[in-house]
Amino acid sequence: MAKLTINGAPYEASAGMTILDVCQREGIHIPTLCNHPDLKTQGICRVCVVDVKGSKTLQSACGTPVSDGMEILTTTDRIRKARKTIVELLLANHYTDCTVCPKNLNCELQSLANEFGLTDLRWKERRERTLPQDDTSPVFVRDNNKCVLCQRCVRACDELQGVYAVANLYKGDSTIVGSAFNRPISEVVCINCGQCVAHCPTGALYEKYCIEDVWKAIDDPDKIVVIQTAPAIRAALGEAFDYPPGTRVTGKMVSALRTMGFDNVFDTQFAADLTIMEEGFELLGRLKDALADGGKPSLPMMTSCSPGWIKFQEHFFPEYLPNLSTCKSPQQMFGAVVKSFWARKMNLDPADIVCVSVMPCTAKKFEAARPEMGTDGDQDVDFVLTTRELAVMIKQAGIDLRDMADSAFDDPLGESTGAATIFAATGGVMEAALRTAYEVVTGREVPFKDLDITPVRGLDGVKQAGIALTGVKKEWSFLEGVELKVMVAHGTANAKAVMTALRDGKLDVHFIEIMTCPGGCLGGGGQPLPVSPEKRLARARAIYEEDSESVHRKSHRNPSIARIYDEFFGSPNSHLAHELLHTRYTVRGQY
Amino acid sequence: MLRETLLRTLDDLVGRYGKARENLLPVLQDLQAEFGFLGEETINEVARAFGLSQTEVFSVASFYHFLNTQEKGKYVIRICRTISCDLRDKANVLRALESELGIKMGETTRDKKYSLDYANCMGTCDRGPSMMVNDRLYADLSPSKAVDIIRSYR
Repeated sequence: MAKLTINGAPYEASAGMTILDVCQREGIHIPTLCNHPDLKTQGICRVCVVDVKGSKTLQSACGTPVSDGMEILTTTDRIRKARKTIVELLLANHYTDCTVCPKNLNCELQSLANEFGLTDLRWKERRERTLPQDDTSPVFVRDNNKCVLCQRCVRACDELQGVYAVANLYKGDSTIVGSAFNRPISEVVCINCGQCVAHCPTGALYEKYCIEDVWKAIDDPDKIVVIQTAPAIRAALGEAFDYPPGTRVTGKMVSALRTMGFDNVFDTQFAADLTIMEEGFELLGRLKDALADGGKPSLPMMTSCSPGWIKFQEHFFPEYLPNLSTCKSPQQMFGAVVKSFWARKMNLDPADIVCVSVMPCTAKKFEAARPEMGTDGDQDVDFVLTTRELAVMIKQAGIDLRDMADSAFDDPLGESTGAATIFAATGGVMEAALRTAYEVVTGREVPFKDLDITPVRGLDGVKQAGIALTGVKKEWSFLEGVELKVMVAHGTANAKAVMTALRDGKLDVHFIEIMTCPGGCLGGGGQPLPVSPEKRLARARAIYEEDSESVHRKSHRNPSIARIYDEFFGSPNSHLAHELLHTRYTVRGQY
Repeated sequence: MLRETLLRTLDDLVGRYGKARENLLPVLQDLQAEFGFLGEETINEVARAFGLSQTEVFSVASFYHFLNTQEKGKYVIRICRTISCDLRDKANVLRALESELGIKMGETTRDKKYSLDYANCMGTCDRGPSMMVNDRLYADLSPSKAVDIIRSYR
């Protein structure tokens, strides 16, 4: 325990804490830029400098550990001048076009300029657009003219995702962030997760918008425009309208979408319930094959909802592609259902339907464009908006989300369960699958209080759980006494650790859930900025609240799901279900 | 460079140094000593051998002035770029070399014999301006002395 003073007041801190840690704990504001709570300390921007008695120069608060007897000043004339100069120097190297920048009012560099009351650029030579923009990614644009080399994207890609698609290239004043051989991002391994975009404090990284395409579709009188919203949107969209993180805005969002002119407002959660039916029975089928029929199915089975993870697997562990569930993600199942079952029911030509989705995710844009995700060149999902894009559209429409009354999704593809809501959180797909699979096999509800399977909840990087199957129904007798072992990981760096352990023969599990982004979809690369662990926790809390308040909390109890099997698919994993709801993967490799 | 030669050399180096991330630099140095530069194929194969991304390996290789990511001439002339050599008339030494070789800083002669590059401080500030030709250091340069030195490399 260290005793120290900050601005003359005494504090105590444990060893290993930095000055910034202590200041943040005590509510003493220190400006930061390169520092991010999700990432390791880099200490490169120097915006957080403080005065440590006895040090000749100012020290970075983020990179200086506290020690006993330390005397720290956080606001003196010297510090203010130094911080202001640092911000001015950062701006001297930043192409400034704030009013037409995609990160306008969402930019940490802009906020710093505001915080220091800058009214002029000290270095008059304006930074021009001298570097090429890289727009070769299917989901985002890199504009290095705005990059201040904080390396948050580099660290997010390496530390959180284990991909390392971008790094600092060259040195000194030639340094830029880019990919191998300074080639476009499209020529290296990138999983499109958008965590670089979500962690960028400037306009150097932003997603590719499809806002204008969607307005055009809405304005086209010959098109029926349906929209589906992913579970994670309702717990985060409010942040863009000044609600505190973790505020549920489901009903207001539905009203806003209807006001904007979408013909039908549906819920991706319907398709999440459908996914549980398909994926749950797929798992049971593989277990039957292994335990009763003496086959050699690919086990453990792995979830396939998260398109960043799919591409990660295609690149890094292609030998395990047969272990992936063949189920399409809920977004894609929804698109396929809209353009088949629903089109037929409504007597519409699928070609006249425009299917738009709102996703917390940039990788969903790539997923929707995969050639296998459509029929005869007509994609099942036509446009994918991120949560941030939807917020922009709502504002463009002159709507304040706060003024909206609550309303409900349209039937029948708007009906869903709490099991589908929790898809938004890491462990949620696993929990939803277990609620259904356990009941299918035993005829009883999962043995957890209020159906809350807490061992798979929470933000630990890798979670493990087991659930004993006893008293099973006759047709599942081969599962009697089997402990169903499951594992959950989020952030593909954690997925990499799980996959490496599996490859090394160190894992004994039946079913693995992987979500690409930290926290699962609620921490997706398309969610409102900025991101932080506290926000993810707040969103997760909202998601689990919505689940606990739902009328139905098990996917197989969704009445519309029962109907769609009755009227259309027959049974889970039927021939038609396979045709429309399942997919295949591509070996991509790494080098 | 033959692919088999590259793979064999890389195999030897990985055997000698190991393939933990911290062994990347010595392996890159030795590959450069062997092949003169670290081209795309070399960087790809090193990345594969170490299980790293090409971007990470390229990032390391492009950071160090003494590692070349592009093919260089047989003799790489590196001139100190720091201020103490500037103060001792480095500019004229550089001008003389550029004129003698007919290339600009950063370029390689058409016959692939000489490349002209900067290096950061060589630690001989008291005897600047200085330059290196491959691994050999030359200090106390004047324009004519520098030209005589590179003429001795044929």
